[in-house]
Amino acid sequence: MKPLVKMKNCIASIALTMGVATSAQAVDLEFYFPVAVGGKAADTIQALTDEYVAANPGVNIDAVYSGSYGDTVTKALTASRGGKPPQLSVILSVDMFTLIDEEVIMPFDDLVKTDEDKAWLQSFYPAFMENSQTGGKTYGIPFQRSTPVLYWNKEAFAEVGLDPEKPPASWEETIEMGKKLVKKDADGNTSRWGVRIPSSGFPYWLFQGLSTQNDVVLANSDGNETYFDDPKVAEALQYLVDLSTKHEVMAPGIIEWGATPKAFFEGQTAMMWTSTGNLTNVRENAPFDFGVGLLPGNKRFGAPTGGGNFYIFADSSDEQKVAAFDFVKWISQPAQSAKWTIATGYVAPRPDTWDTAEMKAYTDDFAPALVARDQLEFAVAELSTYENQRVTAAFNDALAAAITGTKSVGDALAEAQKKADAILKDYR
Amino acid sequence: MMHRREWVYGWLFLSPALLFLFTFTHYPAVKTVISSFYSTPKGRRPAKFIGSENYQTLIQDDVFWQVLVNNFWFAVGTIPISIGLALLMALWVNSKLKGRTLSRVAFFAPTVLPLIAVANIWMFFYTPGFGLIDQFRSGLFGLPAINLIGNPDTVLAAMIVVAIWKEAGFFMIFYLAALQSIPPVLKEAADVEGASSFYYLRRILLPLLMPTTLFVSINAVINSFRLVDHIFVMTEGGPDNASSLLLYYIYETAFKYWQTGYAATLTVVMLVLLSILAIGQFFLFDRKVHYQ
Repeated sequence: MKPLVKMKNCIASIALTMGVATSAQAVDLEFYFPVAVGGKAADTIQALTDEYVAANPGVNIDAVYSGSYGDTVTKALTASRGGKPPQLSVILSVDMFTLIDEEVIMPFDDLVKTDEDKAWLQSFYPAFMENSQTGGKTYGIPFQRSTPVLYWNKEAFAEVGLDPEKPPASWEETIEMGKKLVKKDADGNTSRWGVRIPSSGFPYWLFQGLSTQNDVVLANSDGNETYFDDPKVAEALQYLVDLSTKHEVMAPGIIEWGATPKAFFEGQTAMMWTSTGNLTNVRENAPFDFGVGLLPGNKRFGAPTGGGNFYIFADSSDEQKVAAFDFVKWISQPAQSAKWTIATGYVAPRPDTWDTAEMKAYTDDFAPALVARDQLEFAVAELSTYENQRVTAAFNDALAAAITGTKSVGDALAEAQKKADAILKDYR
Repeated sequence: MMHRREWVYGWLFLSPALLFLFTFTHYPAVKTVISSFYSTPKGRRPAKFIGSENYQTLIQDDVFWQVLVNNFWFAVGTIPISIGLALLMALWVNSKLKGRTLSRVAFFAPTVLPLIAVANIWMFFYTPGFGLIDQFRSGLFGLPAINLIGNPDTVLAAMIVVAIWKEAGFFMIFYLAALQSIPPVLKEAADVEGASSFYYLRRILLPLLMPTTLFVSINAVINSFRLVDHIFVMTEGGPDNASSLLLYYIYETAFKYWQTGYAATLTVVMLVLLSILAIGQFFLFDRKVHYQ
């Protein structure tokens, strides 16, 4: 008798595990996410994913931390070429054309069925969608997006007799105020610069702030034409170069991104341009009162957007695509989006997030977080073309050459345009 | 019968090494040469044979030539100094001095530390304004801030210093081992004959160290192409490719620009260069190296 009972139990438990196994197999998603700003972002993504999986038993999401933005696009493309792509990934918005060119992603439009879905697709800030759409289709959904802002040291402003509540609003004011803010030590060496616009690695990003302020775009929205040799672009670059060479309000040479917040904390510069991704860092570490404002304008106000979008990979089953789409819709809802923004400092990509109670409490406590949102009105798409990395590399080289004085502004930009034309000619 | 079985044993013993050598060295090298004549596959478009087009691109590529020149100066800067420094350090820690073990550990430490982590510390040394070098410069001499890695004239030299710091301690270990295998009777005999220390160094030590020097110099040449980790962290090849080296450019071309066909072509250039240099060194040194 006893052995029989045992066997029955055994069979029952096998059946049970099999049943569980089949239901868990319903839909498996692999989701790559990069982290560009420290540990809290990874924890938050994991927590949000777990929350979704708990509420949707039919779906399993394997959230894989995939390194920096650069590592993530490399991994996603390598995996796709190997025939095992992730179903979902956060990748830089500027890599959209590359991903289309490699034929690995699919437009969200193919998954949009209901009116509710259509309304959802319209719910994001247009400034963020510029980098997410091409040819009338939406390929990316804004998620960890940022924009550069101006940080200024109020104590330094007060020290030299400037109004600490009023940052420069124009290019000229940057120079005027910068000259007042420059401080020299007994040896005649500069111990504090007026402004710091970092230019290492990817100078094109902040430069795009300047070119936008000078009312010129760097590339068309089809991603196959660049305008690097436009006289207005040259004017903007000349201004950047002059800040160090002619007006001497900024340190000469290439300025390191990584050391920029530290230089600001140390009082080595009175103003800095850097990403909103640094808000929490500056808030926690600046030993003085600081302000956050729009980047100064010239012909207009202007700044690029930056950061990563959600992409759905084409080489997935229909069930996986639907599940991935549902997850993206869920995580971009105001409640989730607010959690994400508060934890990281990334700009919430849709207006209704800012109306949630959590966000209101957060911005009441920390008003500078609103500056990024207000700047979106003036923001434009980050420079993005086909063969994006090669084209921006050519442009970055030109900017670096002009900043370090090895080439004249005109020569450097003409050369970059020539290289970009050669690369992009196959896409026209 | 017996002979045949030994022959089989021989191959059996060789096979693990051969297998790995073929899978990870010979096959990829041959595949690289083949790929260099093909275009880059994109999406569903497969690679197609394009003959020497990649090589024509190479000849017209300004960045490639700049990177090659940079790599030449990087090699000239790192190889002799790191070998010379390694020999000096080995001679020093081989003598009877106080805290000998500590010095050996200190000289060897850079080899053990991962270059990526260390590059971040060097970044701090080089940071203008509040970096270590600038704090010394302004604190002691009242000199203005200097932007070593933000200036195309100095950035390569700054990278060379990091590379020398990294590899000199490694080479020292080989010299130290070689020095300790030299019989002490030679030194005693030299002393009896009244030879000066310099004469002993020049006519006895250095010739006896030649096999080690050959080994170390081949390693140094390979390292001058291979040691690019710090470039990733510190400059990303900038400003305007002033600190980009051949291997870094290959990485960028393959994994940033996704031009795998052209990257294969660049890799062929590197393979050829390394082979020529290694073979050249064997011939050059051959007459001067005495194996015991």
